[in-house]
Amino acid sequence: MQLARPRAAAIASVRIPAAVTWRSLAPTYALAALATLAVALFAISWGTVQIAPQTTASIIIGHLPFVSTGTHSATTDAIIWQVRLPRVLLAGLVGATLGLSGAAYQGVFRNPLAEPYLIGVASGAAVGATLIIISPLYVAAWIFSPMPPAAFAGALIAVVLAYGLARTAGRVGATSLILSGVAVSSMCTSLVTYLMLTYNTRTLAILNWLLGGFNTASWAKIAIAAPYMAIGSLLILPFGRLLNVMQLEEDDARQLGVDVERMKLVVLALASLATAAAVSVSGLIGFVGLIVPHAVRMVWGPDYRRLLPLSGFFGASFLILADVVARSINPGYEVPIGVVTALVGAPFFLYLLHRQNGAMPEHA
Amino acid sequence: MLSIRRLCVSYGAHQVLRDVDLSVAQSEIVALIGPNGCGKTTLLRAITGVAAIRGGAIAIDGDDVQSMRPSTIARRVAVVPQAAALPGGFTAFEVALMGRTPHLRLLQSESRRDLAIVQAAMERADCWDLRQRPVDELSGGERQRIVIARALTQEPELLLLDEPTSHLDPRHQVEAFRLLRELCQERQLAVVAVVHDLTLAALFADRIAMLSGGRIVASGAPGDVLSEEIVEHVYGLPVRVLAHPESGLPVVVPDGGITRRGAERRALLATP
Repeated sequence: MQLARPRAAAIASVRIPAAVTWRSLAPTYALAALATLAVALFAISWGTVQIAPQTTASIIIGHLPFVSTGTHSATTDAIIWQVRLPRVLLAGLVGATLGLSGAAYQGVFRNPLAEPYLIGVASGAAVGATLIIISPLYVAAWIFSPMPPAAFAGALIAVVLAYGLARTAGRVGATSLILSGVAVSSMCTSLVTYLMLTYNTRTLAILNWLLGGFNTASWAKIAIAAPYMAIGSLLILPFGRLLNVMQLEEDDARQLGVDVERMKLVVLALASLATAAAVSVSGLIGFVGLIVPHAVRMVWGPDYRRLLPLSGFFGASFLILADVVARSINPGYEVPIGVVTALVGAPFFLYLLHRQNGAMPEHA
Repeated sequence: MLSIRRLCVSYGAHQVLRDVDLSVAQSEIVALIGPNGCGKTTLLRAITGVAAIRGGAIAIDGDDVQSMRPSTIARRVAVVPQAAALPGGFTAFEVALMGRTPHLRLLQSESRRDLAIVQAAMERADCWDLRQRPVDELSGGERQRIVIARALTQEPELLLLDEPTSHLDPRHQVEAFRLLRELCQERQLAVVAVVHDLTLAALFADRIAMLSGGRIVASGAPGDVLSEEIVEHVYGLPVRVLAHPESGLPVVVPDGGITRRGAERRALLATP
């Protein structure tokens, strides 16, 4: 059927209710990027040695090739370039990854409570990473560390397992997937605990890594994980429009031409790759993938073309700030960042659960 | 247009459809009737390639549905599902716009032409006024019109509807059917609609196919299919078939058993 072809004049005269296109989103992205940069600049300047933001900016810019911004004291330069910048950058990258992949998981599972930690991905990645720590392959300083690939393998196995267990008659229901994700997750957690207690020479290394944090951040760690996080996150972005369609009933999405099962697998694989790389350099940091997409949704609505990138930007800002809190609550002693995010995230999770049970039982 | 031959579908060991034959021509409306659980919805799902086929074949203009990609099917067949659940927070316009999905590539955004197609479809389905409203605030009838607009936005050749009027009041029921009849003529659309109301089915459809126990038990003009014997046999319900005063088409009413007098008579008959 041809719906009476709209003539050129008719097309020009359409007054469209603000349709979302990549171009119309550009200003929003630019603002969010600027806000994230401002947060990062603040976090780099903040610490036991306070540095003026303009000095910070000038030192960082001075390190770029072909730019000279005069001389700065060697100590300040070292604090900024060797300590704080890698730390803030890594926190930002991990936060962006967790925020964006959290939004992607929620979209694929049509479940607002889906999160890398709830569906077994992060725990699966932890098993992979732990196996590397106890193996002779564990050399902290390697650029091509085996940690991210091993974590990715663990994450994929966990997600495939959760997916396979939830699959009945060729379909994967949202509820059964969450349930099997929780089962797989606790299986992985007990495996990690077992490994940690059995290989007692590495117990402390595993525990330190599990608690998570950015106090050991370095340029090397960024180099290890950033490529995987960038590839996974950036390749998810084009799926925003289809994720919107996936929010319909699954049959409806199929009948609109979306290959639902294949798309689930592709998005899950990408999100798991990014999450696994984040886990392998920062340990288990919960709730970022849950809170950030929800906060974005409350302000900018449910369109995934906005939700995915904005969750990335605000995930970065959130984790950078959480790290600032973690290192400044108690000078001389750092609170694990997972504690900070859980303190903010757990009450928020309970609030969402409460609201969901009241408002939309069909999505539970 | 649509041709189904010896179609068999099963869920596990349970055979839902057996040897179903059905063909629908351009500009033709076929009503699918039958008791609950007889396989009507499964038949619609099979036509769009969503339900797996155990045997037989479904072809659209001679192309086998089994070998078509989901997006290819969705460019030619659109579905108006039964009481569609729509995702919260999206506006009516955004939901209708999702009908362009099968026409767009992964990285493509909707062009102005796509937006104009949506506007035309929404105007045709009489819901352009609702375009800015969040779908979770709309009434059942309004949501139904949005979903019909979404289906038109797909620019299909074949439109499948699953109980399109089950949640509508009598006026909106008749208006929905009138709209479908007009669309069918304007755009040479083939329509297959699952309808529960036998009288409306008779008035609205060119042809009626009656499913029972996964088989087509009767098919043809409304007057041929809707006889008192067939309806009573298939539904297990005694009915009277009258003639519509204007068209002479069958009007199916239950027999007097639910009236006060009928109930009293039955009670009398039941007492020894």
